[in-house]
Amino acid sequence: MPESDLSEELKKTGVDILKCMQCGVCSGSCPSGRQMSLNIRKIIKKAYTNDKNILTDKDLWMCTTCYTCQERCPRGIKIVDGIYKIRTVAVREGTMLSEHRKVSHLLLETGHAVPINEETKQKREQLGLDSLPETVSKHPKALDDVKIILKSCKFDELVSKKE
Amino acid sequence: MNPDKLSLFLGCIIPNRYPGIEKATKLCLDKLEIDWIDLPNASCCPAPGVFRSFDRSTWLAIAGRNISISEELERDILTICNGCYGSLADANNKLKNSEKLKEETNQHLKQINKELRGTIKIRHIIEYLYREFGPEDINERVEYPLNFNVALHYGCHLIKPSGERNLGNVERPEFFDELIESTGASSLDYPDKMECCGAGGGVRSALHDKALDITNHKLSQIKNRGVDCIVNACPFCHMQLDSGQAELGEKFGIDYEIPVLHYTQLLGLAFGYTPAELGINLNYVKNQTFLDKLEETITEQ
Repeated sequence: MPESDLSEELKKTGVDILKCMQCGVCSGSCPSGRQMSLNIRKIIKKAYTNDKNILTDKDLWMCTTCYTCQERCPRGIKIVDGIYKIRTVAVREGTMLSEHRKVSHLLLETGHAVPINEETKQKREQLGLDSLPETVSKHPKALDDVKIILKSCKFDELVSKKE
Repeated sequence: MNPDKLSLFLGCIIPNRYPGIEKATKLCLDKLEIDWIDLPNASCCPAPGVFRSFDRSTWLAIAGRNISISEELERDILTICNGCYGSLADANNKLKNSEKLKEETNQHLKQINKELRGTIKIRHIIEYLYREFGPEDINERVEYPLNFNVALHYGCHLIKPSGERNLGNVERPEFFDELIESTGASSLDYPDKMECCGAGGGVRSALHDKALDITNHKLSQIKNRGVDCIVNACPFCHMQLDSGQAELGEKFGIDYEIPVLHYTQLLGLAFGYTPAELGINLNYVKNQTFLDKLEETITEQ
């Protein structure tokens, strides 16, 4: 696994986790924390001690990005921005949940995370709407453009990595 | 940019799973005489919970493409989904505020002869109606005042992060409640009203049962309050709260039977459109009591 200094990476994106005083307002406010093993305070602690285990920890993917912790943090740390950043490092280093890999392939193939299906086409007609919306679903040339951009960003390579 | 000219950004879930919301929105926009068109050739916003979590360049480039199409048309983008709003508004702000990110994004867009210039705003229908019309104006246009008791679900990304949204207090906001009440309905407070539906952040897609636990908690609080329906302004929350009820029924035998409406469907009812015209009958949750109450309200007027 390539070396990356998490607290430095975070600081570059404006997330100064070294300000954290481990008060626990974040984890006390977390809706995922009520129902799952996610402890956002511990994730922040691991990040500032550069504990790489968080990159492969499933808890990292339990955050719904509701921003409650970030809004309430008494030190003003952009916690959710930090979660996004840690996740991108994890993906870059090869960790991705299988369902997330699937949804990435849907984007690569259809330009949508949730593509149209036959059942919805019928519902659309029932409502007097065109069976296909005015999106890339209807316009193949526009879908080609989306594919060109995804290739240019090397998104196809990123999500094709094997765990 | 003229805030009166809009392009409607549909996203994924509305046109591809809940087209009733698309129909309701279009009926309401016409009724309000708003100058709108479908944003042509749009893709996924892209969904922030997943794609923003995977790769920032891809997130900004796909969002940048969608935004640049509307820039060419000289129209602000109108979103009807908190996820699309959050993704496009955050991306737009980042690209407007950083020459470096803008340049990087435009390197990708150049390959399809597009360029992001940073000339338009991203709007969400709720803040748009609140700021450009206001609850009193909406109320004056309502033809059939509704007498529903509503559990309002704001959804997270409509109001947060607050620094980007500027919609006031995120702990106890009121602006959306005012829009609910402008239809004649009452917006009832309930515990954990501001809590997440459970779907965001890629949790629904990868950890489905965990997301459903959060949803179950939220629905139980709403059920205890005794309301006629839930109203939201985000199809991802809408799907989680509506199809989530079906899943909770199958898995645990819990039958909440609370109808779920997007705000444009509620407003559409107050404008006199029928539940079928607004696609309310296409939801998972079917609730005859709700329809009967609506029927009574309309007949009395």
